[in-house]
Amino acid sequence: MSASVDVKTLVIDGVDVSARQDQTVLDVARENNIFIPTLCHLEGLSEVGACRLCLVEIKGSPKLFPACVLKVEEGMEVITHSERLLHYRQTILELLFAERNHVCAVCVANGNCELQTIAQSQRLTHVRLPYRNPKLPVDLSHERFAADHNRCILCTRCVRVCAEIEGAHVWDVMGRGIDSMVITDLNDPWGSSSCTRCGKCVQVCPTGALFDKSKVGVSHPKSPEFLPYLNLMREEQ
Amino acid sequence: MNSEELQQIAEAVRLEHEKYDYEINVCMGAGCLAQHSDKFKDALAKEVESSGKRCHVRSAGCLGLCAAGPLALVDPIEVRYGHLRESDAKEVIASLGGKPVERLEMHLENYFQGQQHVVLENCGRIDPEKIEEYISRGGYEALLKALTEMDPQGVIDQIAKSGLRGRGGGGYPTGLKWGTVAKAVGSPKYVICNGDEGDPGAFMDRSVLEGDPQRVIEGMVIAAYAVGATKGYIYVRAEYPLAVSRFSASLREARRHGFLGANICGTPLLFDIEIRLGAGAFVCGEETALIASIEGKRGTPRTRPPYPAVSGLWNCPTLINNVETFANVAPILRNGAEWFAGMGTAHSKGTKVFALTGKITNTGLVEIPMGMPLREIIFSIGGGVPDGHKFKAVQTGGPSGGCLPEEHLDLNISYDALIGAGSMMGSGGMIVMDDTSCMVNVARFFVEFCMTESCGKCIPCRAGTAQMFGLLSKICNGEASHQDLDLLIDLCDVVKNTSLCGLGQTAPNPVLSTLRYFRDEYLEHIDHHRCPAGVCACNARTPKAELAEVTV
Ligand SMILES: Cc1cc2nc3c(=O)[nH]c(=O)nc-3n(C[C@H](O)[C@H](O)[C@H](O)COP(=O)(O)O)c2cc1C
Ligand code: FES
Repeated sequence: MSASVDVKTLVIDGVDVSARQDQTVLDVARENNIFIPTLCHLEGLSEVGACRLCLVEIKGSPKLFPACVLKVEEGMEVITHSERLLHYRQTILELLFAERNHVCAVCVANGNCELQTIAQSQRLTHVRLPYRNPKLPVDLSHERFAADHNRCILCTRCVRVCAEIEGAHVWDVMGRGIDSMVITDLNDPWGSSSCTRCGKCVQVCPTGALFDKSKVGVSHPKSPEFLPYLNLMREEQ
Repeated sequence: MNSEELQQIAEAVRLEHEKYDYEINVCMGAGCLAQHSDKFKDALAKEVESSGKRCHVRSAGCLGLCAAGPLALVDPIEVRYGHLRESDAKEVIASLGGKPVERLEMHLENYFQGQQHVVLENCGRIDPEKIEEYISRGGYEALLKALTEMDPQGVIDQIAKSGLRGRGGGGYPTGLKWGTVAKAVGSPKYVICNGDEGDPGAFMDRSVLEGDPQRVIEGMVIAAYAVGATKGYIYVRAEYPLAVSRFSASLREARRHGFLGANICGTPLLFDIEIRLGAGAFVCGEETALIASIEGKRGTPRTRPPYPAVSGLWNCPTLINNVETFANVAPILRNGAEWFAGMGTAHSKGTKVFALTGKITNTGLVEIPMGMPLREIIFSIGGGVPDGHKFKAVQTGGPSGGCLPEEHLDLNISYDALIGAGSMMGSGGMIVMDDTSCMVNVARFFVEFCMTESCGKCIPCRAGTAQMFGLLSKICNGEASHQDLDLLIDLCDVVKNTSLCGLGQTAPNPVLSTLRYFRDEYLEHIDHHRCPAGVCACNARTPKAELAEVTV
């Protein structure tokens, strides 16, 4: 492999960077310590481009592009931070906070929540939208884990990790639009589903939607970093 | 099948027609059938038999003026009847040879003046389930010409030269898309026909599938030859059972005549078409969601690139076009690209079928050359607004489109002009509104549609449309403040610019266009808690009413 065919050079936030041609703008930005907020993206899982927090501007185009799926191109000029992007990111976070029930003070994930962290990073101080507060079920049927749908942001990381890494495909999405829900099997209780009890979904869940029952009331950090490691080890085998 | 055989079939049909003095085409489209046109047809057939007249009664496709159904067209005297009942059959047959039945006759000079039928040229003139009748009107000549006289690139060049653009909403140049698929590496390649037609008030594609299905099949086979595809799918919504049954009957007929399958028309071309039913999700009309749905997955759009032309169905190069786009292909090859490019405006060629509905005298399907002013469609062809009401707005482009007011009626219909005015061509829905419509309520209706039809994958569309709906409801109820309006405008901007697919990206259009042209109606609701059209129930909240409540 000769380096000259593979390498692209581009500019991200005024910084000249180089990248392999198969890399995404998000990969390259992270390598260069440029922070782009993400929620649905998780290293080790397929991309869905759904949360829209990673949208960036490209010089010369009025459109915005999700950095997580945007492949690098030679000479591309990417802007990851602007007034406009900040406003969009804040509004998307507001939409998430208002969609279900995200009261941090009484959440198992308080202090370990990606939604909370990103909201802080985007300097979100208040939500202008009315809270919808739907009354959604809490599934406690599983012996070890629980699903509180009121905290779910539908990032589908659980769906993807279960199907792509565990190979069980227990989780999926039901319904559409604002009524969408993640479900186990055909909307069976988690406890009586075909769940393999591996707990990967709990580890990748960015909020307090999926949690370990034994961690309620104590700190509940999650460890999604196992994914790239697992993928690497599998590749080597 | 070669051209002699085609001519033999056409000749046989002609000889058959010569046996009759009259032919009565009775519409068997879904609209007329719902009003029992089949019963009328049976009664007609019985009358013909007992009267001994040389008349042929044909089950035909849509005759256009759906609201006046059941409809019938008498050939060759070009008399049109409407609102037919079983009991009218006797009179209709008895009148043949004499004066038409005045009571039933429709006088529609204006309705047809200015229309130009390319896509609809056979609709209502042939029996959609008889391939011979399609052939007798030039059907499959274009396919034969393509296969025997042109190479695939030649076909693509003709389509490109014609200036045909996608009729499914986006208006992407069809020739360019075909060229991309032809060049894409990977096999097999697929051709998909998008017959999902989910826009409220739209029924153009349904009428073509019901009234002239062979035309769509011919277009798809020509496309397959041009791009090198071996397998085709047509995705039709399950709410169109008649279109599905006619199309599947037509597929069998096309196979029997060697237009589908192996060695099409005696050439090495191999191609067949399968029908897939949509389960009634609007978003499944979006091409990547449609492809996921055909693959048996949840119908949600994905980010593009890669575009389907490069990586579509089962990650193979896939050509996806709308029903009406395919329906234009055969006439282009038959009559030449120049002929097609001779109709329309600089960047919007040919004709467009619209489903004219709402507060309009002549409800139905119209096909007009691109470039026609909106005013002519609505007031001349459509006959204007009935019952002495005043025209207020015309909505085009379905939930993605916008509402245009009186002052834009001189706009010449084209993809770019409509976008410039804040609306869209869309797939061809055209809803006319009069002074009894509240524009805030109309915007609320479309936003509600987008909210319930959002797939739920991306946040701005899923939660943004729900919040927009809440704010619009608040305005309608006369409970909103100016801050609410500002918030609504802000959300429109966010949802438009950050949503993943076309559904979310265009969902704010009905709000933005009504705000642009009818802002005073929003303000009336907000400042005076009053709905000028008297549609919204906010009148109950006027300060006076509140006062009354207190005193009681
Ligand atoms: C939400 C949404 C709904 C759509 N619905 C339809 C539809 O019902 N029929 C259709 O032909 N195209 C529909 N489209 C457009 C398709 O994605 C696609 O552009 C089209 O089928 C391409 O064909 P064309 O180039 O012939 O227009 C829709 C797009 C979006 C974003
Ligand atoms: S991280 Fe790119 S869209 Fe969610």
